[in-house]
Amino acid sequence: MTRTFSLTLHVWRQKSAKQAGQFAKYIAANVSEHMSFLEMLDVVNQDLLAKGEDPIAFDHDCREGICGSCGFMVNGDAHGGHRGTTICQLHMRHFKDGEELWLEPWRSAAFPIVKDLAVDRGAFDRIIASGGFVSVPTGSAVDGNAIPVPKTEADLAMDAAACIGCGACVAMCPNSAAQLFTAAKVGHLGLLPQGQPERDRRVLAMVGQMTAEGFGHCTSTGECEAVCPKEIPIAFIARMNRDYLEASVKERPQANRGGSG
Amino acid sequence: MSATVAGTGSRFYETAIGKKIVMAVTGVILVGFVFVHMTGNLQVLQGADKINHYAKLLRTSMPLLWTARLVLIASVVLHVRAALQLYALKAAARPVAYAKKAHRGATLASRTMIWSGYTLAIFIVLHILHFTTGTIHTDFVEGDVFHNVTTAFKNPLIAAGYVVMMGFLFMHISHGIFSLTQSLGLSHPRYSAAAKTVARVLAVIIAVGFAAVPVAVFAVIAK
Ligand code: FES
Repeated sequence: MTRTFSLTLHVWRQKSAKQAGQFAKYIAANVSEHMSFLEMLDVVNQDLLAKGEDPIAFDHDCREGICGSCGFMVNGDAHGGHRGTTICQLHMRHFKDGEELWLEPWRSAAFPIVKDLAVDRGAFDRIIASGGFVSVPTGSAVDGNAIPVPKTEADLAMDAAACIGCGACVAMCPNSAAQLFTAAKVGHLGLLPQGQPERDRRVLAMVGQMTAEGFGHCTSTGECEAVCPKEIPIAFIARMNRDYLEASVKERPQANRGGSG
Repeated sequence: MSATVAGTGSRFYETAIGKKIVMAVTGVILVGFVFVHMTGNLQVLQGADKINHYAKLLRTSMPLLWTARLVLIASVVLHVRAALQLYALKAAARPVAYAKKAHRGATLASRTMIWSGYTLAIFIVLHILHFTTGTIHTDFVEGDVFHNVTTAFKNPLIAAGYVVMMGFLFMHISHGIFSLTQSLGLSHPRYSAAAKTVARVLAVIIAVGFAAVPVAVFAVIAK
């Protein structure tokens, strides 16, 4: 038999980044254990709409844990705090009748609030744009399989590449650090042969951009890896730190002479 | 969008990672120091001659002693400076606090590094005034380490105070030693799991080794 129950929600309501926000209380009645957390909120929003009230804003897209759009705090846990689970994939069976839940947006100066539970994660895009890529000239790309990649490195690169950029790492970190996110991309590309030519430049640029965005520092608490929906380990942060140190030591001034190409 | 190219010498320290690397390197120096300091202290347990001879040995060459002291002072200054700067960064990075915040995996030690750090900083100053300069010691005899230590730890409050401080030292370095392996990028799937354990064991050895002296002195005197 399907279990249905009701919950008390305290949801952070904030009209915009400029206006002050506060918690509002809602009752989610008739919650089915088979619903996802976002479906539960959909139902709450339907009720709000019927009453002519403003629905709760939250980001979502794929609802299958792969796009990285969704995410907010539930009782102080990013994505609700279940291993390897985004909030869209969190099922209501984990909750009990009458439970009180506090829903808050990711809180970080680098992630300004757009509305309610939705935040602007453009800072992540700018970190990626600063160096999270490999440059491949059009028309001269070699066949992927022509470059040998050891299986262990390929697997490790894949672990890092699993990052969906949801921002849970920053949200959960006591220091609002973006180290795990940045390290995942630095590690992903730095492990592959295609990423080698830009490896030093990449880590310097991405760490520089991360700093410019105003994220905090890493104190190795491991809070990020515990809530990362893709379970990316903080070993990647160590790898990025090593790359950063190496690149900083090796860096030489760019030549400003040379042909126009 | 054009890339921000950071990382030149002066930029290195501007990033949180650069500051953490400075903290890690100075941390290695300071942990190394407390370890040697602890093993030296244990000679108190072997009697007055041993420890007083060791103290004299350390003072064989004043230039050498001061070189070591300057390295330590510089390490403390750099370590504390980076810590304070990073703590300010943390506050700026989350101006609005969570109404509710859970903890997943973070140990108490890892979350209170700044507080154990403040406590240790105060302790270090008092400790130097107590046993190095003797300023706040009630019965200080220059060069007679055994006398200075035993008379101080006769007082149960002082003995207990030192033991409590070693609790803070344990907290600080048990997380610090692990964290510095992360900051320096010393991570490998085969050894990383051991890093946390090694950090804790090392922290226990250092803290217990230090605490043994006040406890032993007090136990012997109480008899
Ligand atoms: S909505 Fe796509 S990951 Fe949750």
